[in-house]
Amino acid sequence: MSPVFYLVSAMTVAGALAAVLLKPLVHCALAVTVAFAGLAFLFLSLDAQFAGFAQILVYIGAVAILIVFAILLTKGSELPRDGVFSRSWLAGVVISAAVFAALGWAILRSAWTLPHEAAVPAVTVHDIGVALVDRYVLPLEIVALLLTAATIGAVIVAMHEKEGAK
Amino acid sequence: MIDKMDQIFVLLQHWLVAFLPLSLQPVASVLLAVVAIVCVFPALFALTTVFERKGLARIQNRIGPNRVGPFGIMQPIADGIKSLTKEDIVPSIANAPVHFLAPVVLVVAVFMGFAVLPMGRNMVLVDMDAGLLFYFAMGASTEVSVFMAGWSSRNKYSLLGAMRAVAQMISYEVVLLLSSVSVVMIAGSLSLTKIVAAQSGYTGIFPHWYIFTPWGLVGFIMYAIAATAETNRSPFDLPEGESELVAGYHTEYSGFKFALFFLGEYLAMFSISGLGTTLFLGGWSAPFSFLTFIPSWIWFFSKLMMSIFVFIWMRGTLPRLRQDQLMNFAWKFVLPLTLLNLMVTALWRFMGEGWARWGVCSAILIAAYILMGRVGMYKEHFGPRRYRYAE
Repeated sequence: MSPVFYLVSAMTVAGALAAVLLKPLVHCALAVTVAFAGLAFLFLSLDAQFAGFAQILVYIGAVAILIVFAILLTKGSELPRDGVFSRSWLAGVVISAAVFAALGWAILRSAWTLPHEAAVPAVTVHDIGVALVDRYVLPLEIVALLLTAATIGAVIVAMHEKEGAK
Repeated sequence: MIDKMDQIFVLLQHWLVAFLPLSLQPVASVLLAVVAIVCVFPALFALTTVFERKGLARIQNRIGPNRVGPFGIMQPIADGIKSLTKEDIVPSIANAPVHFLAPVVLVVAVFMGFAVLPMGRNMVLVDMDAGLLFYFAMGASTEVSVFMAGWSSRNKYSLLGAMRAVAQMISYEVVLLLSSVSVVMIAGSLSLTKIVAAQSGYTGIFPHWYIFTPWGLVGFIMYAIAATAETNRSPFDLPEGESELVAGYHTEYSGFKFALFFLGEYLAMFSISGLGTTLFLGGWSAPFSFLTFIPSWIWFFSKLMMSIFVFIWMRGTLPRLRQDQLMNFAWKFVLPLTLLNLMVTALWRFMGEGWARWGVCSAILIAAYILMGRVGMYKEHFGPRRYRYAE
């Protein structure tokens, strides 16, 4: 646990909290971006280059921009008049606590059952690539199919209805 | 002697670092390389602004800057002093922290991209295993800064410009990534030094650059189109179309913050040209085997400046696209051709050596280009045009 870890964790948690607690929606989106960047730095500090850069590329470059676009195109950028807390906050708290408990339980168990490896295994991008097209080729293809279906669906939803079509 | 010239900056770095105690040496050598990057590219930016203004003036039959120094060569110094002395105006309803952060984020993200570019033999700041991925991750972060600038200004022109810029950058980033993937498929690595090494051989006197293969040529053209759009250069400069949007997302910036946006834009141009050079034009390798005695860094920077001059030439020649033309071009022409190019690259990879793959790959790509052009232009009619105001 180095000071870098604490700094980056503080940044991530602060970003995540700000994303939930701030009032203007665009500020929340920017705060989420900070949290994403913090996560990426955490990956990088664990020597997981591929995961770290993919996190930046996908989450900051695409997801954050998508959120921002959604906010601006739906006129949600104005300040909400009544507070930011929704009426079903109790259900939300219960669900998030359940998810947190499940994740925490899984992590705690896995940490004890896995043997502690003496040397850190060096996973290169090359290894990840080979694993993706070798052992995990079926999941990869399924994900590709899912994404293609999603893309086609998005195009159909966004397509103009033809004039006079029945 | 030739080797010494080739490695002059590396040797200089080692010589300077050797003055320090051993414990400080790793930090000092990295710091020295960073300082070099931070100095060289803004200096190149200053030169490029003069070249661009002179070149555009020549294309438009003007003289261009000619007052400061001989042939106006000192113009960037005057510009720099001017932007430093100007008042820094922040709109009263602007979101001050975001407004301040936007240019900083932009310049930092753009500078990070230079870290992985090999600028000569042994001249790379960080030789990362996932260098290409790092570069694109940093490129993606610039989109956030453009949005921050446009949104925090609370100005309709800024916001419109930012929305245009982000939509355009996302559309063309797909193409940029996919055209680079074909290089990765052949080189078998995401490390930029390994990609340069894979192109370093010669057949006779001709180099093994990827641009001299059918898929490489198509990939390079697609990359160049996407790079022009990514850097918001003409003919894809809609986000800052002066006639419609004042200056796009940096309308409300003045003084040195505006200069930072200007700097960021040109630095992005340099780094994306540098990446194109690395991927398709053999990085720092010489164009003919008998020219290898010229230092590698001269080759890298001359290729980079050549790309910059092509950018300037295009800016002086081509009119601006419309928003719908821009999007249709990206999604209906460039993207399908890039995807096809990926297939052709795979074919090239598995057909083995020989002339057969040259014929087959070229035939597929040329046929697809002609077919898609014809189908896309089927409904368009380009007759003689009459302009009412010109009669």
